[in-house]
Formats: sequence, structure tokens, C-alpha cells
Amino acid sequence: MGFSKSSTSERTHKLDASSFAPLSARRLLVLGGIGLILVGMLFGDIFAVFVLHQNASQVGASLAAAAHAALAGDHSAVLTSFQDVGSFLENRGTKVDTHVHMIDFGYLALMLAILQPWIAFEEKARQGLAWLFLAGAALLPLGVFLIHYVGLAYSPLQTIGWASIFADLGGLLVILATLGFLLGLVNHLRSHTPAQARDGLLSDRSAAGRFLLGGGMVLVLAGFLHGAYYAGVDLYRHEALDTSILTEMAKAAAANDAGTVDRSLGAYGQLQGDKAVKIAAHAHSIEFGLLAMMLAFFQPYVRLRATWKIRWAYVLLLGSVLLPVCVLMELRYGLVAGGLADFGGLLVIIALLAMWIGILRYTGQLDSQAGDVG
Amino acid sequence: MSGSRRLLIVGGIALALWGMGYGLWYAVFAEHQALNGIGGSLAAAFDAAASRNPGAAETAFRNYKEEKHIYDRQVDVHGHWIGLAMLLIVVGIAFDRVRFAERHKLVLACAFLAGAVIFPFGVLLQTFDHGAIPRGIAILGSVLVIAALLAIMVGIAGREAPSE
Repeated sequence: MGFSKSSTSERTHKLDASSFAPLSARRLLVLGGIGLILVGMLFGDIFAVFVLHQNASQVGASLAAAAHAALAGDHSAVLTSFQDVGSFLENRGTKVDTHVHMIDFGYLALMLAILQPWIAFEEKARQGLAWLFLAGAALLPLGVFLIHYVGLAYSPLQTIGWASIFADLGGLLVILATLGFLLGLVNHLRSHTPAQARDGLLSDRSAAGRFLLGGGMVLVLAGFLHGAYYAGVDLYRHEALDTSILTEMAKAAAANDAGTVDRSLGAYGQLQGDKAVKIAAHAHSIEFGLLAMMLAFFQPYVRLRATWKIRWAYVLLLGSVLLPVCVLMELRYGLVAGGLADFGGLLVIIALLAMWIGILRYTGQLDSQAGDVG
Repeated sequence: MSGSRRLLIVGGIALALWGMGYGLWYAVFAEHQALNGIGGSLAAAFDAAASRNPGAAETAFRNYKEEKHIYDRQVDVHGHWIGLAMLLIVVGIAFDRVRFAERHKLVLACAFLAGAVIFPFGVLLQTFDHGAIPRGIAILGSVLVIAALLAIMVGIAGREAPSE
């Protein structure tokens, strides 16, 4: 895969090895953060391929059953069908939340890792905060994932189950840890101490780093512009259509008009699809852009040859463009576009994994050097 | 650390904390109730249709529309505050690469931070008022964010070496 000892040994001279020592806050946050992002992305890809479309069909089928039950005047079947809709939506919603929170906590961990030299606490305190952050960042998505399966079993509360309680606890841990890091940063700013020795991560201007930073910013800007366009042109139209189609469906059911009920069901499915792809394209473009920008700073830690670092940066940005663009085309080109979008997601995962392995190799080199000295 | 960089990084972490706190409050005290309300209204509408009662169905759909309008915006506010906060932090870390004078960078940082706060706040206001003012605030926030990001990109792409 193009590993190079010489280029890395040059780089280790520029980097402060003590800031990336075993179990240091920065190392915990970097490896834990990228690990969270990788698991969250893999989870998202598996969800997109094996759950998302099937779940959408089930929701559509249950809604159709509810409309036809209303048509037949069958009250109990209406309620049963809506219970099914609720269950399918909860299943989908909790999985999307698991995916999003895991990745976002990974991003936050990477940012906090970069900020470590500015956190004016003892290393031991920073380690404690890093562990607290990672524990919360793992607990929240796990709790959210289990909400659908645990439900309200043995819960002391009427609407919130144990899985939700643990998820909320995870969120609280993350908030406390982030607050701790913010206090450390404010401590540093108030102490007016001169800037620490130049941090190798911040002074790096390698080609791969610049490419990732520039490409990431363009992706974020494209996502913003697309979001603004969506808010201006589609958002209110979609919201109005959502209610008007459902109202038409219920009115047709009350009037025993099966043809209109079926047409409304088709229109509702189309609307949901249109909404989903536009929001997904907006969100993924920004998220991948942000990831590329953050990875730009960690390039000095990636123990790969410079040419390979640039190749992986290309792969990451290619996947980051491919996924949102193909998601947008999914309604017109169906499975072909959907498959390409999933492939784009896979490219991002593979590139991220390669960089993660590069960082692991760097940690191995640091640890072995420390062992030699000892 | 320069003032502009400090503003973006400290402001970003504070905004992330605010967004997470809001999300935690929402998850504990509002989300489950909101979802139950949306599901209940929809089921009531179709139940009314089964009873051949279009008036009751219409009322239930009005409730559904309002509850969903509020729910969608509250979730959007949580996501956008945190997302924009993370962008503030990353841009703050990279701010030494922006080749503008410090006073211009400070203006940019203020605009970026203000946009990141105002945009979701405008969206949140829409849950109380459907009029033009909350929408205008949200638009102003998004314009500030986009314009600031564009200017920062131009600054990073510039040729002069930074004199921070």
C-alpha cells in the first residue's frame, strides 16, 4: 500500500512525539474519533443497502392498508396499521440517529484532538476528559439503536424506556467532557501564556492536506448552497403537499373513492422519496466536506508515502462527491444511481480506513522508538 | 492565538455545547410527546375517515400539520447548531491560513459566528410564528454563513503569506 519508512522518520522529527504518546488525550481522541466515524459510516452503508428501502416499502404498505381500512370503515384495522407505521418509522428513525450521532461525535473528537495543545490542564485530566467523551459518544448511539428493541420494558417512566435513558446519559457525558475541554481552553486563553512550540499538525502544508482542506471547503459550500436552494424552492411546497395529499387520501376514503386513495398513495410515496434524497444530498455533502477538512490536519500522522496520501485524498473526495450527486439522481435513475451512491460511501470508508491504518502505523513507530529509548 | 481564531474556536465549542444541551432537553422532555402527537393526529384523521366524518378528519390533519411543522424545525435546529459549530471550530483551526489582515479576519469571524447562531434561531422562531420575520432571520443567518465561508475560501486561496 505504499508505506515509507524514510518519509515518516523525517516527519516524526517535526512532530512532538509527547503530544501523541500512548493513551494520551490526543491519541485517544484521534483513534477513537476515526473509529467512531468508520463504525458510523459502515452502519449507515449497511442500513442504506439492507434496511432503508425495505423499511420505506413497509411504511408505504402500512399506510396503504390504513387508507384501505378507512375506505372499508374498519376502525380497528386503521389503528393497527398506524401502529405498524409508527413501529417502522421508529425503527428507521433510531437507525438514522445512531448513524448520525456516531459520526458527529467522531468529528467532534477529532476537533478536540487538534485543540489539545491549547487545553491548559494536566495530561491526566485531559485523558480523563477524553475517556469520558468517548464513553458518552459510544453510549448514546448504542442506546438510541436499542430503543426500538427494548421499548418501555421495565421502565419507571411512561414514555421513555431504559434505552432512551442510557442514550440521554451518554449525551450528558459528552456535554460534560466538551464543557471540560472548553474550560481548559479558556484557562489557556486567560493565562496569556505564549503560544506553545509549533504544533506539527497545524503547521503542516503538505499537498494531501491542502487538497483535502480545499476540497472539503468546496463540498461544504456546495452543500450550503444546495440547502439554501432546497429551503427556498422545495421545503414549504413539500410541507404543503404532505398534508394536502394525506387530506385528499382521507377524504377519498370517507367518500368510498378507491381510485383517488390509490393515486394519493402513489403521490405520497413520490413526495417522501423526493424529500429524502434532497435532504440526504445536502447533509452528506456537508458532512463529507467537514470530514475532509478535519483529515487535512492529521496528514502528518498518516504514515504512508506522500503519493499514496494524495491518492487516498482523491478517493475520499471522489466518494464524497459521488454519494450526494448519485443520491440526488436516485429518483430518476433508480437502483443504478442508488448503487453508485452506496459505492461512493464505500470509497469514503476505504479511504478513511487507509488513513486510520496509516495513523496506527505511526503510533506503532512512536511506541517502538519509546521502547528502544527505555 | 489571534482574536479572530479565538472567537471562532471558543464560539464554536460554546455553540456545540448549546446545541447538544438543546438536543438533550428536547430528547428528554419533548420528542416522545411530539412523536406521539403526530402519530395520534394521523391515526385520528384516518379513523374519522373510516367513520365517514370529513370534518373531524380535516381537524385532525390540521393538528398533524402543525405538530409536524414544529417537530421538523426543532430537530433541524439541533442538527444545524451543532453542524455549524463544528464548522466554526474547523475553520477556526485553519484560520491562520487565511491571508487577510487581522481586522478583516475578525469581521469575517464575527459574521460567520453570528450567522451560525442566527440561522437556527430563525428556524426555531418559526415554531412560534409562521410569519415573515422568523423566515427573514433564518435567511439572513444563512446568507451570513455562506458569504463568510466564501470569503474565507478566497482568503485561503490567496498568495500573500500570513502575518499573524
